[in-house]
Order: sequence, then C-alpha cells, then structure tokens
Amino acid sequence: MNAAGYAAVAGQILVVGAGAPLLTGWMRQVRARLEGRAGAGVLQPWRDTRKLLRKEPVTPVGTGPAFRIAPALLVATTVVATALVPLLSTDTPVSGHADLILVVALIALGTLTLALAGLDTGTAFGGMGASREMTVAALVEPTILLAVFALSLPAGTTNLPAIVSGAIDDPARLASPAGFLATAALAVAVLAETGRIPVDNPSTHLELTMIHEAMVLEYAGPDLALVELGAQMRLTLLLGLLSSLFAPWGIATSASWTALLLALLLFAVKVAALGAALAAAEVFWAKVRLFRVPELLAGSFLLALLAVAASYFLSGES
Amino acid sequence: MSEDLYTQLLDLSCGAFLLAAVVVLWRRELVAVVRVFALQGVALAAIVVLLGIHEERWDLVGIGIGVGILRAGVLPYLVRRALAALLAGRAHSEEVRETQPLVNVAASLLTAAALTLLAYAVSRPLVELDPIPATRALPVGLAVVLIGFFVLVTRRRALAQVVGFLLLDNGITATAFLAASGVPLIVELGVSFDVLLAVLVLQILTTRVREAFGTTDIDDLRELHD
Repeated sequence: MNAAGYAAVAGQILVVGAGAPLLTGWMRQVRARLEGRAGAGVLQPWRDTRKLLRKEPVTPVGTGPAFRIAPALLVATTVVATALVPLLSTDTPVSGHADLILVVALIALGTLTLALAGLDTGTAFGGMGASREMTVAALVEPTILLAVFALSLPAGTTNLPAIVSGAIDDPARLASPAGFLATAALAVAVLAETGRIPVDNPSTHLELTMIHEAMVLEYAGPDLALVELGAQMRLTLLLGLLSSLFAPWGIATSASWTALLLALLLFAVKVAALGAALAAAEVFWAKVRLFRVPELLAGSFLLALLAVAASYFLSGES
Repeated sequence: MSEDLYTQLLDLSCGAFLLAAVVVLWRRELVAVVRVFALQGVALAAIVVLLGIHEERWDLVGIGIGVGILRAGVLPYLVRRALAALLAGRAHSEEVRETQPLVNVAASLLTAAALTLLAYAVSRPLVELDPIPATRALPVGLAVVLIGFFVLVTRRRALAQVVGFLLLDNGITATAFLAASGVPLIVELGVSFDVLLAVLVLQILTTRVREAFGTTDIDDLRELHD
C-alpha cells in the first residue's frame, strides 16, 4: 500500500464527484443536439449547483431529522461506494473490503434514505414517489446482485477488484453467453436504479410519471444541490461499474503512476461514451407505463438468473 | 477450429437460442415474436453447423443449413403470411397483439426462470454421463422445450400458440442434436416435413377460425358446430 494506491482512491472520489455534473451536462447536451436544440452547455449543472448553494436553506414545517440528513447521507453513501468500486485501479488500500454485497447495500441505503425523506414530508407526492421508488428498488437490487454473481462465479469471489482483475487477465470470460446476459440485465437495472427514461423521466414534473422527482420536490437551496449531486454521482458510479465489469481494459492493476493516468483517461472516455449512448437512446425511447415497469424488471431479473445458470452450467470447469 | 473457439461459439449460440425463447415470452406484438423466432432458427442452425464442423461430418453441416432454411426462412414466412391475412381481413390491431395471456407477462417471465432451473436440475444426470461442451448445453434445449410448452398453453391467440408449438419443436431438435449429434437423416427429414405441414394446416385453420368467429382467440371456441 503506497502513495499511488491512496491517490487512486482519492482520484476516484474526485473524478466522480467533480465529473458527475459534467456527465449530466454532457448527456443533456447530446440529447439537445439530437433533438435539434442548441443546448445549455456541458457546464450548466455546475452553474445550477452554484446558484442553489448561494440560496438560503429552507425546510418545510413539520419535517423531522429524516428529511434533513437524507441529502448528506445520500452523498456520503455514494462517496463510500465510489471509493470501494474499482474504477481506476484494482490495487488500492480498500480493495480488500470492496465486496459486491457491501457496494449494493450502500447504494440501496442511499435509495432508502431518500424514500424516507419523501415520506417524512407528509405530502401526497412525497409518499407516492417513495412508494414507487421502493417498488422499483425491490426489483432492482436482486437483479444487480445476480448479474454480478454471474461474473463472480468464474472468479470464485464476490470481491469486485478480484472480479475485474480476473476479467482483465482472461477476456474470454466476458465473451461468453453469461457475460452478454449479465451485461443486458445490469444495463436495465442501472437504468431503473438511476431513474433514466424507460423507467422514469429525469426531466419531468408531471405527477403521473415521476418517481425520483416526486421524492425531492420539497427540497430547496443547498439541500437540493446535494440531492442532485447525489443522483448525478450515482449515475456516474453505476455507469462506471458497468464499464469496469464489462469493458475492464485500461484499469490499473498495479500501483504505477502512468497506469493510473491512463486509467483515468480511459475511464473518462468510457463513461462519456456510455453516457452519450444512453442519451441518444433516450431520444428514441418512450417511457414505459408504470404498471409495465415490473414486467421490464422481471425480464431483466430473468436475464440475470439465466446468466448465473449459464455461467454455472455451460462453462468448461465443473 | 480449435477446441476453445468451438466451445465458445457453441455456448454463444446456445445462449442466443435460450434468449430468443425468453424474448418470445416477453414481447406481445406477434410481428416481433415471429421475428425473434426466426432469429432462434438462425441460432439453432448455427448449433448444428458448429457440431458438424467440429466432428467433421459434412452431412451434419448440410442438415444444419437445411434446418436453418426451414426454421429461419420458411416457417417464419408462413406465420407472417397468416398474420398479414389476418391484418388485411380487418383493421383491428388486437388480432396481432397478445393482449391478455392467461398468465401475465411478469409472472410468465419468472415461470420461465423456474422452468430453466428445472431443466438444469433434471438433465444433470445426463450431463454427467459424458461432460463434453455439447452435452453441457443440453439443459438449454430442454429449457426451450419447457418454455415452448408454457407459451403453447398460456397464450390465447392462435398464431401465438403456433409459435409456442414451433418453439417446442426447436427445443426438441436442439436437444436431439446436442445429445446425439442428431437423428438419422431420414427421420430428420420426416420431422421437418411434419412440422412444415402442421404449420401450413394451422395457417389455413387460423384463417378459417377467424372467418367463422371473427377472432382467433381460442378461448371463444367453446362448442362444436357443424
């Protein structure tokens, strides 16, 4: 454990923290261009954050501590998960603790605090958003776990850095049916978890459709900035997890500075490409009806289960 | 072809084969279902051709190409023609969508998961007899048989049931090829013509059913007429 390892952890947190608003801005820009609009520029989410941070913090009358600590807790859980997931390097001081189940639990904890905050406001919208979010979350978490289990079976461990470094050594593992099925399942789960378009529309304020927005309607000022930052960081983290698991090339496996720099560059490119692809897809997709969301997620769960079954039964070793 | 590459390609086509069956269960539009069924035919043909190349039995490659033409070309074309005839008959969109399967889609997807696990469980002793890549993929064929049967019993539209029947047959063919490199050529030919005839008859029957009752919802056929 040396300086480069600590630098990798700090770099991951810094890149995701500072880059998440840029990613959101980039995705909005891609979308705007595809729709024939000029767009607000890549830096717009940062400008929004600056504007929100200057405002006076206001909380609704009658809300309790759950409402007040939720934004900080959301960002905190995301930061810890970011430190654990091998985005830049698999050889970090915390890589021994970067267990898959822990990471998924941290992400779920963030979702839960936000849902509790939505309930705490006592408004119709908050409760509705929280109940919808929990419906989606209950179906998404097992899918994420199963999809990554399909990859952890050949690696023989649920330790994320071990899975990623194993995949770098043996790329054939990813080209198997299990790899493809798990990719598809995890992609759907990530879309649902981050509230993107087939499941939720992030830019809507229409009560019939919103899930995530309904929970955070009562937030204002710096709290809103934190909530937005948390949501953006979760999107970046999950896209990064997707790219680390299924396109792990370039991630540093040893603690050398040049490898780390290369990993940083490739991480930015991969996540930007994924974001652009997602934004382009969102232009052409319509949101599915809320009652068909469980259908979509059941399908994705089935894909994940098939991936586990395939990696267990089809693979050469027994 | 090296052993590793063969295993990978075989696993890949088996994965695509199973995935196509699942997607058939997922989609409601019959047009999309037929398209996915054609893709499954391609995957089945790929499995047979791969087996043939690996064992250097060129007759098997020929059978594979034949199976591909039948399953990915002729049968989907026939079903699509029946579908077009239904559409031309009247401009109702409900004939081309499986609007209300007996088991809703989310539940049937979960059932498919359970059926797949069941297929893996029951074929374990078979796989252990001779664990080579082809027999390892045997559960995939069985799973498709079970899923096809499930589609057959839970769908209401006649054409969706036809697709279920064809899925069942695809699964049986895949199982035969994976377990024993296929049945003798004459039997395979007989089965293929049987399936072709069955689909032709069902296509005519579907059109007649719709002319007589105005719908292809099988549940409406409760009494016998002369």
